[in-house]
Amino acid sequence: MPDSILVGLDGSESSGRAADAAADAARRHHLRLVVACVVPWSPYSFTTAEENERRPVEKEQEATAARERVLDPVVTRLSQAGDLAIEGVVRHGHPAETLVRLAREHDAAWITVGRTGQSRVRTLLFGSTPSSLIQLSPIPVLVVP
Amino acid sequence: MTSPSDSLLAATFDERVDGFFAPISDVITTVVFFAVPLDFIDEGVELPIIVVWLVIAGLFFTIYLRGFQFRAFRHAIQLIRGRYDDPRDAGEVTHFQALATAVSGTVGLGNIAGVGVAITLGGPGATFWMIVAGLLGMCTKGVECTLGVKYRNVYPDGRVSGGPMYYLTKGLKEKSPRLGTFGKVLAVLFCIFTLGGAVGGGNMFQANQAFSQAQSVTGGADGPLGGGAAGAVFGLVLAVLVGAVIIGGIRSIARVTDKLVPFMAVFYVVACLTVLFSNAGQIPEAFASIVTEAFSPEAGYGGLVGVLIQGFRRAAFSNEAGLGSAAIAHSAVKTEHPATEGHVAVLEPFIDTVVICTMTALAIVITGTYLDDASDAGVQTTSAAFETVVSWFPVVLAIAVVLFAYSTMLAWSYYGLKAATYLFGESMLVDRTWKLVFCLFVVIGASSTLDAVIGFSDSMIFLMSLPNIIGLYILARVVKREINGYRDRVENGEILPVADRS
Repeated sequence: MPDSILVGLDGSESSGRAADAAADAARRHHLRLVVACVVPWSPYSFTTAEENERRPVEKEQEATAARERVLDPVVTRLSQAGDLAIEGVVRHGHPAETLVRLAREHDAAWITVGRTGQSRVRTLLFGSTPSSLIQLSPIPVLVVP
Repeated sequence: MTSPSDSLLAATFDERVDGFFAPISDVITTVVFFAVPLDFIDEGVELPIIVVWLVIAGLFFTIYLRGFQFRAFRHAIQLIRGRYDDPRDAGEVTHFQALATAVSGTVGLGNIAGVGVAITLGGPGATFWMIVAGLLGMCTKGVECTLGVKYRNVYPDGRVSGGPMYYLTKGLKEKSPRLGTFGKVLAVLFCIFTLGGAVGGGNMFQANQAFSQAQSVTGGADGPLGGGAAGAVFGLVLAVLVGAVIIGGIRSIARVTDKLVPFMAVFYVVACLTVLFSNAGQIPEAFASIVTEAFSPEAGYGGLVGVLIQGFRRAAFSNEAGLGSAAIAHSAVKTEHPATEGHVAVLEPFIDTVVICTMTALAIVITGTYLDDASDAGVQTTSAAFETVVSWFPVVLAIAVVLFAYSTMLAWSYYGLKAATYLFGESMLVDRTWKLVFCLFVVIGASSTLDAVIGFSDSMIFLMSLPNIIGLYILARVVKREINGYRDRVENGEILPVADRS
């Protein structure tokens, strides 16, 4: 039996609504809520020597920023009622792949994400996290507008 | 419009820079390339001690570590593909990134101009010895980078950097307290030579050859870049672009070149393959001449030893194995086992020398442009080879040359900075002074003539190998323990790929 719902946050309004929807569902089904923020990062990007030297420092800064600006406000808001088990996670990696991995680790029933509010051209060129998530995920994906 | 007096003034500027530099470069070159005359083999053949020094190091470690570079290959690929990367370390510097950074620093003009020089002076046979030197260099690099990671430095604010200066001090002190002072002396020497190498081979040589190629594709002496001050102006523009990234911190330029360099490298290899395939019939003959002339070259190339020296010298200049620069570039990788970066580092001379240099060499040998006295030995030998097949290839080559030169300069400005801060301490003053001096040398490099620059840049870069390789010998046992210990743990299943961990 799955025991959690995973929600991916990127700080956008729609991802806030996704968190609300996931919280409602978690209460109804008595599941844990796992809120995750993935910092986009690729192991194969090209970097300069100076960037490499600073990398450990910047990873920390990125993770702290993600936690303080994206994760914490949502966790605080949703845990006010006090009837929900919430866990916040920050990871580096490819957003969709990392969410799928987190869903497996936390035995999630489904993944909830917000619809990225980007232009059609951008989506056409670079794809979007929800659409690649739909392609990759072995469990249901709920996209909140 | 330039008046005659203007261009006269300008012409004297370039000449003055050149006149100032040539004597200095002559002295340094004579000292570094102190050569034993081998007149009994052939008239004029000389054996530079420094080349022997590098080759013996490669041979010694290849035997001492029982052909580590060949055994390391398979595991190195697995490491690059992230098979052993802990997912919790996502966001840190991966093996792939450390290697890519190092490769973009080494793939430069050595691969294009250096090979042109080697074959013009040493004949097709020089290619063979270049490949041999590349294969030996793989081992030296693996050794350097293992030590670079093992003794790297973590600053209080969390930054990570390493290099020979750290393994020479920490490593030798750990070996025996009595070696502590000696290690410090070696580290200081290494840093001084690195500053020289950074402004020489990592800067002036690159700027010079980039200008030479830009000038030749725009119409030579009669084109827009043919004027007297053109070298200085070109150098100034290049210096501003380098300064914008290293002083101005305009990362976007560096990021653009970072993306273009791998693309250009692939394009360069494709261009070489085009030259090869359009002369497909001559490939066997070219291979035959590369092998036979390696051992019995035609007259005029200085006999077996002369050819061997050309090949070894240019390979060393191109892949930098034994110089210690790679240890700086590779050290920031995220790993718990220093030996992993040693494995990955063997791929660097392989890509640089065994693949890219060989491609260039084949193109030059097949088209026979090295026999042509019309073009200067250097980039233009390669350019002429490309031109025989597709007329606009030299333009693409010119763009590749400028980009390679630029990325190599950025890499060396970093190596130089690390040496400067080691010598004079971490401070804004040291940082800015070094970077300004570095930019100044871009201008000097672009306006100097080839002989003066090549001599100087070669010699300073090679000097780095003196303190570095002494350190490698002293720490040889440490490296062996690291590498063999790591390989044992991989083989007996103590270190598993991520997918197999429970």
